Amino acid sequence: MAAKIAYDEVEVGTELPAQSFPVTRATLVQYAGASGDFNPIHWNEKFAVEVGLPDVIAHGMFTMAEAIRVVTDWVGDPGAVVEYGVRFTKPVVVPNDDTGALIEVSAKVAAKLDDGQVRVDLTAMSAGQKVLGMSRAVVKLA
Amino acid sequence: MALDQSFVGRTYPPTAPYEVGREKIREFAEAIGDANPAYTDQEAAKELGHPDVIAPPTFVFAITFKAAGQIVQDPQLGLDYSRVVHGDQKFAYKRPVRAGDRLAVTSTIEAIKSLAGNDILDIRGEVHDESGEHVVTTWIKLVARAAEEG
Repeated sequence: MAAKIAYDEVEVGTELPAQSFPVTRATLVQYAGASGDFNPIHWNEKFAVEVGLPDVIAHGMFTMAEAIRVVTDWVGDPGAVVEYGVRFTKPVVVPNDDTGALIEVSAKVAAKLDDGQVRVDLTAMSAGQKVLGMSRAVVKLA
Repeated sequence: MALDQSFVGRTYPPTAPYEVGREKIREFAEAIGDANPAYTDQEAAKELGHPDVIAPPTFVFAITFKAAGQIVQDPQLGLDYSRVVHGDQKFAYKRPVRAGDRLAVTSTIEAIKSLAGNDILDIRGEVHDESGEHVVTTWIKLVARAAEEG
């Protein structure tokens, strides 16, 4: 694997460049098609409200896919990701307008491990709420 | 009603192989808005040391989740899928998934817990390629919320 970041150049606390990812209803329809997850809570407002949600929500796996981009963009090679796990704490509510929602992701190196690997802790927020908890990745650096 | 604890440790037969296509990877990368060339450009992927384009880290979920359907829809287990939410998700990669892989998934029920009326199901998926090489292990935690009274 060919990571662009060197293990020796990062320290515990090193911050990765933060990113924001917009998500609209159109994004969710496209993700549903690409992932094969057609659960109506991700596109049908009437259905979402009937099952007790405030509105249509983003796929948790969509949010998870966006969050790791902060790590893969930083390291260069997405194949350098060794482990990645999250807890889905709050839904990303996506209103039916042109703006949609915003997923804001920040990350920092939380630990330097053996074998050139580091643990990165991620924070993903939307509308002021933490939407992913215990969000961690292990990445092999150069 | 709490799920039957005797299902813990049960392993289901491996799924028929899923063939990972280049265009499917491209479609997925576009859907998440990720322009990393490792997903779409073979030369760029080779420069990173991969034999072909690779899939984004979470791509394999669709394959393992479908495999977990054997468990989720097992009438003997009796999970009420209409009340299920995705609790946790984890991946441990031996190598990235890449175009041309033919992936089979072996799913195992790791744990069943009952907490305040909620059923919590932990499913591990072991993903192997056609040569039998281990590619990635995934863990899915599903939470079936307690049914309301009345």
